Amino acid sequence: MRARYAIDNSVRYLLLFSALISIFIVFLIGLFTLREGWAAFRGIGLVQLLAGHVWRPGREEFGLLAMIAGSVLVTIGAVALGVPLALGGAVFLAEVAPRRARDLVRPAVELLAGIPSVVYGLFGMVVLVPLVRRIPVPGNTGYGLLSASIVLAVMILPTITNIAEDAIRAVPKEYKEGSLALGTTYWQTIVGVILPAARSGIVAAIILGLGRALGETMAMIMVIGNSVIIPRPLNANPLTLFLSQARTLTGNIAVEISYATGLHESALFATGVVLFVLIMLINSLARLLMRRRVS
Amino acid sequence: MRESRVVSLVTTRKKGRKANVSRRHLVQKLAFGFLWLTGLVVVAALLVVVGYVLLQGARVITPEFLLTPPRGGLSGEGGISTTIVTTLYLVPLTIGIATPLGVGAAVYLVEYAGEMQGNEGVLLRLVEVARFGVETLSGVPSIIFGLFGYALFVSALNFGFSLLSAALAGACLILPTIIRTTEEALRAVPRSYREGSLALGATQWQTIWGVVLPAALPGIITGVVLGVGRVVSETAVFYVTLGGSYKMPTSLLHGGRTMALHLYYLAMDTRAFDKAMGTGAILVLSIIAINAIINSLSRRLTLELKGG
Repeated sequence: MRARYAIDNSVRYLLLFSALISIFIVFLIGLFTLREGWAAFRGIGLVQLLAGHVWRPGREEFGLLAMIAGSVLVTIGAVALGVPLALGGAVFLAEVAPRRARDLVRPAVELLAGIPSVVYGLFGMVVLVPLVRRIPVPGNTGYGLLSASIVLAVMILPTITNIAEDAIRAVPKEYKEGSLALGTTYWQTIVGVILPAARSGIVAAIILGLGRALGETMAMIMVIGNSVIIPRPLNANPLTLFLSQARTLTGNIAVEISYATGLHESALFATGVVLFVLIMLINSLARLLMRRRVS
Repeated sequence: MRESRVVSLVTTRKKGRKANVSRRHLVQKLAFGFLWLTGLVVVAALLVVVGYVLLQGARVITPEFLLTPPRGGLSGEGGISTTIVTTLYLVPLTIGIATPLGVGAAVYLVEYAGEMQGNEGVLLRLVEVARFGVETLSGVPSIIFGLFGYALFVSALNFGFSLLSAALAGACLILPTIIRTTEEALRAVPRSYREGSLALGATQWQTIWGVVLPAALPGIITGVVLGVGRVVSETAVFYVTLGGSYKMPTSLLHGGRTMALHLYYLAMDTRAFDKAMGTGAILVLSIIAINAIINSLSRRLTLELKGG
C-alpha cells in the first residue's frame, strides 16, 4: 500500500517536471538568442539596428530596416490574398457546405497544412516565378514580394481557416435559430449574427496567420529574391512595389548564418531576437482575443 | 441606397416586401456563390501543387533514384538514398525525445492540474506558468528553434552539426504539438472511467496508467504522427543544426541532410529542379500517407469513445 502511494507521489513530480520543460525551453531560447545577440545590441545599438538602411556585413554595417520592411510587406501581401480566401473557406465549411463538399474540402485544408514549406517554395520557383516574370515591367525578375505573397497566402490559409471555422462553430445555435425565425435569409444571419458573434475568434485566427507568415523561412528564401533593399515601386505605378525583390528577417538569418562569424553572427542572433519579440507580441494579442471569447 | 433602406425598414408594404425578399435572395445566392468558389479554390490549389509536383517528380523517380546516394555535382547527380536514411534516423530520434516529455506534460496538465484545490497555491502558479510555456512555444517560428539549437547544442554543448543537435532542436519544435494533441485526447476520456477505477481502490497513477492512457492512446498516437509529419517536412531548424552533408551518417554526432533539406539544396544551390521535384514528390507522398494515418486514427478514437 505504502509503496503504491510512494510511486504515485514520485510520478506526480516527474510529470510536473515534464510539464515545466516547455517554459524552460522558452527561457533557454530567450537566454541564448539574447546572449549571442548581445554583442550586436551593444556594439551597434538598438536604434541603428532597427532603423539602419544598410546591411553590409563586410563593412560591419548592420541595419535591419530593409528586412523588417520585407517581412512586413510580404505579410501584408499574404494577408490581403489569403484572408478572404481563408475566411470564405471557414464560413463555407462551417455553415454552407453540404456534407459531401465538406468531406472534400476539409481534408484538402489539412493536406495544405502538411505540405512541406520547401515544396511550396519549389513550386513557387518553378511555376509562379516564371508566370510573374511575364508581367512587363522593367527590372521584374519574377522573384519578389508578389510571388512570395502568393506562396505565403496558401501557406497561412489552413491556420486561419481551421481556427476561424472553430470560432464560427462555437456560436450558440440559438443565435442562428433566433435570427432565422425572424425571417432573415441564411446569408443575412451569417453576416449579421454569426460572424459578429465569432468576431474575436476570427480576428485571432487572422493574427495567428500573421504570426505564421512572419515566421516562415525556407519558402520565402526560395521565391523572394533575397536582395537587401527596401522595396520600392519599379515604375510610376505604386503596385509594382510588389514586383520588387526583398528579404525577410527569417531569410536574413538562414541565408547568412552558415558563414557568419563575430559581430556578423551576433547581428543575426539580434535579428532573431527582433523576430521573436515581434511574434510574441502578435501571438499574445491573438491569445488575449481568444480568451475574451471564452469568457 | 436610400430607397433600399426604406424598403428594408418598412416591411408592411407588400410590394416593397416582395422586391426586398427577392433582392435578399439574390444577395444570398451571390454570396453563397463566392463561398463555394473559395471552397473550390482551396481544393484546386491543393490539386495544382500536389499534382504538379507528383507529375514532374514521377519523371525522375526510379528504383535507382531511391537507392543510390547523391553524388553532388552541379546537376545534383545521383539519387536520394542517404537523405531518406537520414530522415529515417532523425524521425525516431526526435520523436523519442519529445514524446515522453510531451505526454508527461499533458498528463500533468490534464489529470493533476485539473483537480487542484485552492490550498495548492504555488503549484497552481506553476501550472499557469507551464501552460504559458506551451502556448508560447507553439508560436515560436522554426528558424528561432534553429538559431537556439545552433547556439546551445551545436556550439555551447559542442555536439556540432549532427543528428543529435538536430533531434534535440527538432524535439523542442514538436513538443507543443504533442502536448496539445495529448491533452485533447485525455480530455476526451469520459470522467466515469477514472471514477470507476478510483472507486476500485486504484491510486491516481494506476488509474492514469491502466485506464486513462490506454483509452486515449489513438489520440496520443495522432499527436506523435503529427510530430513525424513536422519532422519530415521541417527544413529551417535542420538547415542550421544538421550540417547538410549528403554522406551517410554513421553516428549520432554525424551531420546529414533530410529529404526536405536535400530538396532545398537541389533547388537553390545546384538548380537541379527535376531532381528537386522527384524529392518533393516523395515528400508529398509521405505527407499524404501520414495524413491518412491520422484520419483513420481519429476516426477510431471517436468510434471507440462513442461505443464505450
